[in-house]
Amino acid sequence: MQTQEKSRERQAPRASGAGEGVRLEDVSHAYRDRRGTKVQALAGVSLRAPRGSVLAVVGPSGCGKTTLLELICKLQEPDVGAVVSEPAVLMPQRDLLLPWLSAVDNAALALRIGGDARGRARTRGAALFAELGLAGFEQARPHELSGGMRQRVAFVRTLLSGKPVLCLDEPFGALDAITRQEMQEWLTGALVREPRTVVLVTHDVEEAIVLADRVAVVSPRPGRVVAELTVDLPRPRTRTNPSVVALREQALHTLQLGAR
Amino acid sequence: MIRRILHFLPAVLLALALLGAWELYVDLGTVSSIVLPAPHEVAAEAWNNAGLLGANLELTAQEVGLGVLLALILGFVLGVLIHLSPLLRRAVYPLAVGSQAVPVALIGVLHVFWWGFGVLPKLFVIVLICFFPVVVTTVDGLSSVDPDQLKLLRTLGASRWQALRFGELPAAVPAALSGARIALAVGVIGAYIAETSTATSGPYAGLGHQINADINALQTPRAYAAAVVLFVFAIACFYTLAMAERVLAPWAQKPRGEVH
Repeated sequence: MQTQEKSRERQAPRASGAGEGVRLEDVSHAYRDRRGTKVQALAGVSLRAPRGSVLAVVGPSGCGKTTLLELICKLQEPDVGAVVSEPAVLMPQRDLLLPWLSAVDNAALALRIGGDARGRARTRGAALFAELGLAGFEQARPHELSGGMRQRVAFVRTLLSGKPVLCLDEPFGALDAITRQEMQEWLTGALVREPRTVVLVTHDVEEAIVLADRVAVVSPRPGRVVAELTVDLPRPRTRTNPSVVALREQALHTLQLGAR
Repeated sequence: MIRRILHFLPAVLLALALLGAWELYVDLGTVSSIVLPAPHEVAAEAWNNAGLLGANLELTAQEVGLGVLLALILGFVLGVLIHLSPLLRRAVYPLAVGSQAVPVALIGVLHVFWWGFGVLPKLFVIVLICFFPVVVTTVDGLSSVDPDQLKLLRTLGASRWQALRFGELPAAVPAALSGARIALAVGVIGAYIAETSTATSGPYAGLGHQINADINALQTPRAYAAAVVLFVFAIACFYTLAMAERVLAPWAQKPRGEVH
């Protein structure tokens, strides 16, 4: 807890009139797909993620999870309802690292965009690399990195945007099981050092329970919250922990009920 | 080193075979050396006129270098403008295509009228011939960026200019360099056209001008010697640019570092 307080002082999230964390009130949203058909992505979704907490949104593919994140990041406006959030940044499913930049330059992209000179941005990026166990990879080109490393760099890039809310869209979806587990441990550690409000979208129930304070289970399209679980377990959590297993069974059960 | 030699061996062997066939054709046949000089005559002529050829090459090389450089700048700028503005795309693209059909001899005279007998009218002709491939490849390169990558830049707060600066421009560099290779290859023949379609004052007028004058004076072997110099010059230009690409766009290189 002490580390959390310290880090928060160092990187105090900007004050905002939007209040604390993220709040969705009865949000419905539809979009048009490529053929122009209207798709109801979300129907009456209410969610809360208090500042500094991790909210996981779990659901099958196509339950409007990506739409949810885009609403929080203000990339879209909801048709109905209110999305109240501190400034949020989206970490997309694909790492989308720029192949012409080194790892540290990719991570520091938001700083460059914010007006930092190249040298200053690099120094700040390298400092965070060291803090999060990525030292030595600063100069690597994206194509030289493994999938897990690329996601880590993409996560550091998201952190360095300086926004207090992180929206992670299935960040480890494309990784193999072992790398995935390593990444979950790494992310837990990273969030202890650099606490943020996190909305994590995943289709992996276990991942949600290992990482989140609260898990919202969402039904297939149109997405509705069918259950919410509080995960009140100490971190770091392992997937073999009996409490994690029990919660996972409970969530899976709800998900199956919701799918009917 | 041996690999290097082996790499160029096929080209050398093919060139030798063609030279041998040419030599045989002239030696056995009834062709006069005014119509087609044998390779050994051309070689002797090149040796005896090394000074003249060198001086003319210097002039032609300057024209090609400057002309292609200007064409690259013009082509790249036009490409970016066309990419950014649908209005300019509609206004400029058809005219740029049409400009490729303008018979150079027609306007060569006009340019002498405007700019006299110096290097300017020749540069204009070379630019006119060379800029088009750069425009086309640049436009393609700029629109080849992953749209998700641009979306990501936007979520990190990038302005339109910053999206161009960090996303589209670097992505377009490999394509623009491909355009540059075409421009350079065309630029050498462009210099020939420029020299023969505009008037020149001074003791040396470039290899193209020399070739025409020599053919008219029935000094065919020397014309061939000049053509061989142009031939070698074009190859050297092409490979110099290929090496420059490794420095300018290392991320676009094939893993084994093969030149094209």
